[in-house]
Amino acid sequence: MATKAPGANRPFTSPIASLVVTVIAVLWTVPTFGLVVTSFRKKEDIVSSGWWNAFKNPAFTFDNFRAVLFESGGTVGEQGMIPFAVNSLAITIPAVLLSVGFGLMAAYALAWIPFRFSDQVFYGLFALQGVPLQLSLLPLLTFFATGVQLFGQTIFPQLHIVGTLAAVWLPHTMFGLPLVIYLLHNFVSALPRELLEAARIDGANHFDVFRRIILPLSLPAVASIAIFQFLWIWNDLLVALVFAGGTDDVAPLTLHLANLGGSLGSHWENVAPAALVSIIIPLIVFFSLQRYFVRGLLAGSVKS
Amino acid sequence: MITWSSLFASSWPKIAQILTVVIIFFGFYGVAFAAGARIKGKKQNNIALGLFLVPALILVMTGLGIPAIQTLMESFKSADSSKWVGLANYSNAIKDPDIRLAFANTIAWVVICPAIVTTLGISLATMLNKMKREAVAKSLIFMPMAISFVGGSLIWNLMYSFQEQTDPQTGLIGQFFVWLHIDVKHLLLWSPWNNLFLMVIYIWGFTGFAMVILSAAIKGIPSEIEEAAQLDGATGIKLFRTITVPMVRTTIIVVLTTAMVGTLKLFDVIHTTTGGNFKTDVLSNRMFDENFVYLNYGRGSALAVLIFLGVIPITYYNIRSLRLERKH
Repeated sequence: MATKAPGANRPFTSPIASLVVTVIAVLWTVPTFGLVVTSFRKKEDIVSSGWWNAFKNPAFTFDNFRAVLFESGGTVGEQGMIPFAVNSLAITIPAVLLSVGFGLMAAYALAWIPFRFSDQVFYGLFALQGVPLQLSLLPLLTFFATGVQLFGQTIFPQLHIVGTLAAVWLPHTMFGLPLVIYLLHNFVSALPRELLEAARIDGANHFDVFRRIILPLSLPAVASIAIFQFLWIWNDLLVALVFAGGTDDVAPLTLHLANLGGSLGSHWENVAPAALVSIIIPLIVFFSLQRYFVRGLLAGSVKS
Repeated sequence: MITWSSLFASSWPKIAQILTVVIIFFGFYGVAFAAGARIKGKKQNNIALGLFLVPALILVMTGLGIPAIQTLMESFKSADSSKWVGLANYSNAIKDPDIRLAFANTIAWVVICPAIVTTLGISLATMLNKMKREAVAKSLIFMPMAISFVGGSLIWNLMYSFQEQTDPQTGLIGQFFVWLHIDVKHLLLWSPWNNLFLMVIYIWGFTGFAMVILSAAIKGIPSEIEEAAQLDGATGIKLFRTITVPMVRTTIIVVLTTAMVGTLKLFDVIHTTTGGNFKTDVLSNRMFDENFVYLNYGRGSALAVLIFLGVIPITYYNIRSLRLERKH
């Protein structure tokens, strides 16, 4: 590298490029930073001056956080935000486990168990991945509430889950599956054929192969897709509005935050810390598992 | 004020529910794997298919396949779905000026956002490649990806917040207007430009994704190709145009189509910021309002079908290239 002319191998790494990148990185960070600063300011400071003035006479406080977390915090509800965070977890964890669990098994079946309509099923799933979930919100909600009737006959009885957490994580599982299967299929089908065939010749059945070969080998891909699903479900608003709407008892953080933003409008002393609390868990997940996250996205979208 | 005992009392059943799901899932498959492994021969294939594939297929069909068909049928029925009305929902929707506006806005979103996001993404990926502190810059630009669009919308609400010209500004953008001696505007009410300010939120949230994916593709370009081009005297913009862009063409299309489908379905940003008021409505938000606010199921379903029609060409294109790829 030392013998090459500077910049020979880095087409755009000029001072200008550095400047542009730095400016964009700052632009991308400033809005979030503003929210963080605002959430630590006193109410009277927030309304009387912009957050960038906060550093002139620093006067920061944890009161806002105390209000939204442990007190009613405006219209935050009597128990603060923690129950909503519990709801978010209770929606996200089952949905991630089930979509990735069923997804990995389905991906293996489509890639390595030969059967007649394998290709058709695979393309069918891929096509369903393009179906906007807007298309299925209302029928699915009706199905949960009343079951399925055809010509006056009950084909499927109603599931008594309306207003429960299951009514939120079950749709998430269903909507997430096609993409999860597709991404994991890309990964699982690229495993060396010899490896799986050797195991089969040694008398290993599908269950052994799945447990001893597929599961350990695909763990990195599984981890990253699980993180992807986690962020997607944790950050969702639409599914939550439709399937948990109306009941604070099962509403996740995003729904609560959207209501807060709507009803409190400019009460930033409540909205800012609440928003910060709601993004803190995905940010922790993201920064601690960033490497896997990127790798998992690549498993599906970039062919080497 | 919170009491820990009441918090525990309300949370415990939810935590128990999480545990139940986990235990049932692993318990069932633990037993099923042990039992399935005992069965030999051809039968085993079928049992494996039944355990591995069928649950996923049932879930997908119940959640997406069948409901999609039901919505399609619903879109030909009246508001309370009591009688068939043919294409009335569609023709009424197209005549309605509000829905026309939502249409036009959606088209603007689908055209403008993916183009900007992809251009920004590939430029950043190229400039960042092998740059000092690449990882730091990437993390900062990628970070909004972990933030929900609800959170992102609130973050930008704060940036856009409006005060009278003479009052102290609380939004940073308003402050810039003051510094530049321009009249401060209420940006989210300023039609039609407010649409652009809302798009900023999406672009801010999605550019990191585009950058990371494209960056990985760029790093996958064999170094010999790049070096050969450099020997031929290609540098800077020329190298970018003749080598980088053609080599990562597939990935560019993946990012572009992902962003197109994403903006077509975009809901959170509009719902959280303007609620579709001030001439910023889009199809997805309108469809939600028709179905769940005005309870006009026929028209809501028709709008959902229209969103789907927008996705079909993209899905078709993707399936075609997937088949080509599979054949190789």
